[in-house]
Amino acid sequence: MSTIEILFFFLSALAVFSAIMVLVSKNPVHSVLWLIAVFFAISGHYVLLNAQFLAIVNLIVYAGAIMVLFLFVIMLMNLNSETEPQKHIWMKLAGVISGGCFLMMLISLVRQAVEMGGRKAMMAEGDTGLIKNLGKVLFSEYVVPFEITSVLFLSAMVGAVVIGKKN
Amino acid sequence: MTLLAIDWILLIEKLILIAIIVFASLGIALYTTFAERKVAAILQDRPGPNRAGPFGLFQPFADGLKLIMKEEIIPNTANKFLFVLGPGLAMTAALMTCAVIPWSSQVHIFDRTIDLQVADINIGILYVFGVVSMGVYGIMIGGWASNNKFSLMAALRGASQAISYELAMGLSLIAVLMLSGSLSLKTIVDQQMAPGHLWNVAYQPLGFLIFFICALAECNRTPFDLPEAENELNFGYHQEYSSMKLGFYLFSEYVNMIMSSAIMASLFFGGFDIPFLDESTLAPNLAAGLGVLALLVKIVIFIFVFMWIRWTVPRFRYDQLMNLGWKKMIPLALVNMLITGAVILWLQGK
Repeated sequence: MSTIEILFFFLSALAVFSAIMVLVSKNPVHSVLWLIAVFFAISGHYVLLNAQFLAIVNLIVYAGAIMVLFLFVIMLMNLNSETEPQKHIWMKLAGVISGGCFLMMLISLVRQAVEMGGRKAMMAEGDTGLIKNLGKVLFSEYVVPFEITSVLFLSAMVGAVVIGKKN
Repeated sequence: MTLLAIDWILLIEKLILIAIIVFASLGIALYTTFAERKVAAILQDRPGPNRAGPFGLFQPFADGLKLIMKEEIIPNTANKFLFVLGPGLAMTAALMTCAVIPWSSQVHIFDRTIDLQVADINIGILYVFGVVSMGVYGIMIGGWASNNKFSLMAALRGASQAISYELAMGLSLIAVLMLSGSLSLKTIVDQQMAPGHLWNVAYQPLGFLIFFICALAECNRTPFDLPEAENELNFGYHQEYSSMKLGFYLFSEYVNMIMSSAIMASLFFGGFDIPFLDESTLAPNLAAGLGVLALLVKIVIFIFVFMWIRWTVPRFRYDQLMNLGWKKMIPLALVNMLITGAVILWLQGK
């Protein structure tokens, strides 16, 4: 096995295990911390795919900012398993079965898709993910969608300020 | 030597480098605690610690020994795992920054050229930024797991302060990146070393000022040490901690100071550049050694300024801190960014 394969399987196992722990943990704070571990594993995958910029931005934005705010809210609400209503076991079982069916459907769809046939992920090669090329593509080919996204962000910011000002 | 498709010699070389850098940082941090007390003493016109060894030089070891020998107390209600994880995370995040700092140029040993930088990644500054934003978790987890209202309040303060000042910090960095056109710290330092090019602080005085203030806030140093405001919060987020776990929290603050000084030196003050000296005329190994010394001198000067500020400026009120961060620093950083962009465009057009 090459280094990349070892790293790939390690990161995949970490991602799947952490994702399961997010759901299984009784304490919401633990769930948030496991979710941060998932983000780290996913960022590791991005690095393997030579998309370093995406990897680090994923960490800064999701693990560094959004999850901190999540943690804020959950810590201040002081949720715990005793005071929160617990779902019945049959409800949980039904959820697992329907979720599993959905997963099966997704996998079969992706496997049968024509575009995916015979394609392999490029590991540690290709330079589209490097910040220089990404920036050039974003500001030349995709400049209009990029600007529209920034307008969307601005409107979200204004909306947040308006909601915050109300009380 | 290749086994499992891994270059083992490179791996060992990097491991040794990491070990040296980590232990050197910890050693400097050890003596920074001593320097802090001495600087405080000088500024307040008293002798300071002078009992252990000549001039009190063994004081940090005595302090460390004391911390290790103290009884370990884990509060009964605390979440045990997270309670222990908190200080560890704080320390890890503080030390992780050193991976991308270029400590000097190359040295040549046994026909191998070794870069005195653990990893020269092309997103160096963003990596530093990511690690800085992880530093919040150590404080938050520790404060929450203590199950103490004061600790939780201090932790939330620390986290919101760090997030607020990260924004201005990032914006002031963008101006530097516009100048250098690269995110790699090594490239930024090399550009400042090039003949005919001044240090970045000459082009970005305002940017440096903003970065410095934000660095103070990120390290939770006075006047921004609201998470540890004794008169409001008893002791801060590490109130329930004892023994070496407390030591880790206190220590990580000093490691953070060293790392942010190193980053500031690299970004704005030429990194391992020796002023008024052309390094290429020296032997490579000698130049590398002198480079490390130059960077260390710059770090020590920054740390002294950190301490000087701590013992002269009083603490802000919390609303003043937020006002300064959101209403003064961020607009100022935006203006700085705009001016830099405009000047660069104008120079290109000429």
